[in-house]
Amino acid sequence: MKAIYQRPESLTTDTSIYCPGCGHGVIQKLIAEVIDELGVRERAIGIAPVGCAVLSYNYFNFDVTEAAHGRAPAVATAIKRLLPSRIVFTYQGDGDLAAIGTAEIIHAAARGENFSVFFINNAVYGMTKGQMAPTTLTGQKTTTTVSGRNPQVHGFPIRVCELLSSLDGVTYLERATTSDIPGIIATKKAIKKAILWQMQQKGMSFVEILASCPTNWKKNPSDSLKWMKETMERYYPVKVFKDPGNIL
Amino acid sequence: MRLKILNGCEASAEGAISAGCAFYAGYPITPQNRFPEYMSERMEQDGGVFIQAESETSSINMLFGAAAAGFRCMTSSSSPGISLMQEGISYLAGCELPAVIVNMARGGPGLGDVTPSQSDYFQSTRGGGHGDYRTIVLAPWSCQEIHDHTYLAFDLADKYRNPVLVLGDGLLAQMYETVRPKAKKKRFPKKPWALDGCSGRKPNSLKSLFLTPGVLEAHNWKLASKWARIEKREIRCESYYCRNSNYIVVSFGTCARIAKEAVERARQEGADIGLFRPVTLWPFPYAQLAECLKNAKKVLVVEMSLGQMIDDVYLAARNSDARIFFYGRPGGGVPDPDEIYREIKKK
Repeated sequence: MKAIYQRPESLTTDTSIYCPGCGHGVIQKLIAEVIDELGVRERAIGIAPVGCAVLSYNYFNFDVTEAAHGRAPAVATAIKRLLPSRIVFTYQGDGDLAAIGTAEIIHAAARGENFSVFFINNAVYGMTKGQMAPTTLTGQKTTTTVSGRNPQVHGFPIRVCELLSSLDGVTYLERATTSDIPGIIATKKAIKKAILWQMQQKGMSFVEILASCPTNWKKNPSDSLKWMKETMERYYPVKVFKDPGNIL
Repeated sequence: MRLKILNGCEASAEGAISAGCAFYAGYPITPQNRFPEYMSERMEQDGGVFIQAESETSSINMLFGAAAAGFRCMTSSSSPGISLMQEGISYLAGCELPAVIVNMARGGPGLGDVTPSQSDYFQSTRGGGHGDYRTIVLAPWSCQEIHDHTYLAFDLADKYRNPVLVLGDGLLAQMYETVRPKAKKKRFPKKPWALDGCSGRKPNSLKSLFLTPGVLEAHNWKLASKWARIEKREIRCESYYCRNSNYIVVSFGTCARIAKEAVERARQEGADIGLFRPVTLWPFPYAQLAECLKNAKKVLVVEMSLGQMIDDVYLAARNSDARIFFYGRPGGGVPDPDEIYREIKKK
């Protein structure tokens, strides 16, 4: 019998402990599929951050290390400089990348480090149960903004792709979404482009991926997807900021 | 190898290169700016990687990556920068990654000043970062020694899969002496745990996060047995005229070198006095110092701080009848031999 669909080799058989409707499971599977399709599993090195995303080291079936909170780009910098033929990527959430690790991502980007960054933006701190993230939207309720994020008190949400777009070291920059099937298919293409771009040694490839967090948004999974489409994607438009051209 | 005239930064850097250091990351901070400057040139000549990081926080996490990939790596800084690295050092210890950190200490607390100090003793020997962990600490007193200690630090780091600190100070960083460089190391230990792609093997992972109940505790017991092995095997110290002396001066690093001159002078005048110098600050030579204190009536601890190593001297002297005195210069003050000599006479 011919297998037409199976678990990618780049995923372990561990049972995911992510919540129902969480974006991480979908996105980690996409990364695993891309790594399988490009035949680079035995060359892949992933860097897991702090937050829910750290659990990816249980699910990726290739070499993975943890990193201190926000420091994944510094860790990846050294690994990729010393092992330039390996496929190195960081997998970071919004608190990790856009709050505590802002310096590390900006400077790795400015240096044009030749690794890929998968930035998972779900507008909330997930593992610590729902505090305001740097990407929490204006008006969005979290456990530290119980009346909704008020820019006068809590500041404005950060658009990371827009921020990084002025840095010459980032040469592929795209924001994708996982709010529907076409978005998920486009996200997978973006992940593939990022890895291929890294293989061509063209500088940092950075893909922001909008993801849902029903548990901390206090919404059911389908309402979460609706909120992503109607609210999140309006502030964080799905867009190619720096286009590597047709490299697929 | 031919003798070279090097300052402490350069001597340490050459020790690293002789030891096969493949990666250096650093950030400018006085009094060790010569270190990254020198390394930027030497690593390029040597085929290694040099990165001027955006912060000491980033430097230490770059070391985490370099060590994870299986390469010998180092950073250097001075006190405030080393404070910033403490989180990363805790992660290195937790993930059992070998790395070498050189601290050319300056006066603190806060921004302090840029002159020599030994006030990072607690930070170096008591962990500094969070969690139950230990780092080996070597305290050289000359340019030749910081060269040799840096070389040794790489071997110890690999042997025990643990970060190793070399604790110098602003004096050692900036003074020039003749140094005989070590020959370049050619054979290195294998690192089957390193992350370099899982070709032909099962995937490796490095982590210090263990959420399943009991797993972290077991991991910590495993680390404890490693640190017990280090305490058994890696203690280094020196004693001068300590056998049967009734007066012992205890000091480390450059301060011990200054104190030695004062001790020599007191001996010339007939004093029954010796100098004990811990070379590894962790593991501390408790038993060796206790042996020296057998007949001692008086102990003078001399430090360039308000007194930090003195706590370890008290631990070593807990079965001794000797009275313990202290002379220290905090905030970047450096004693001269005359003032230590006067202090010896006073007690």
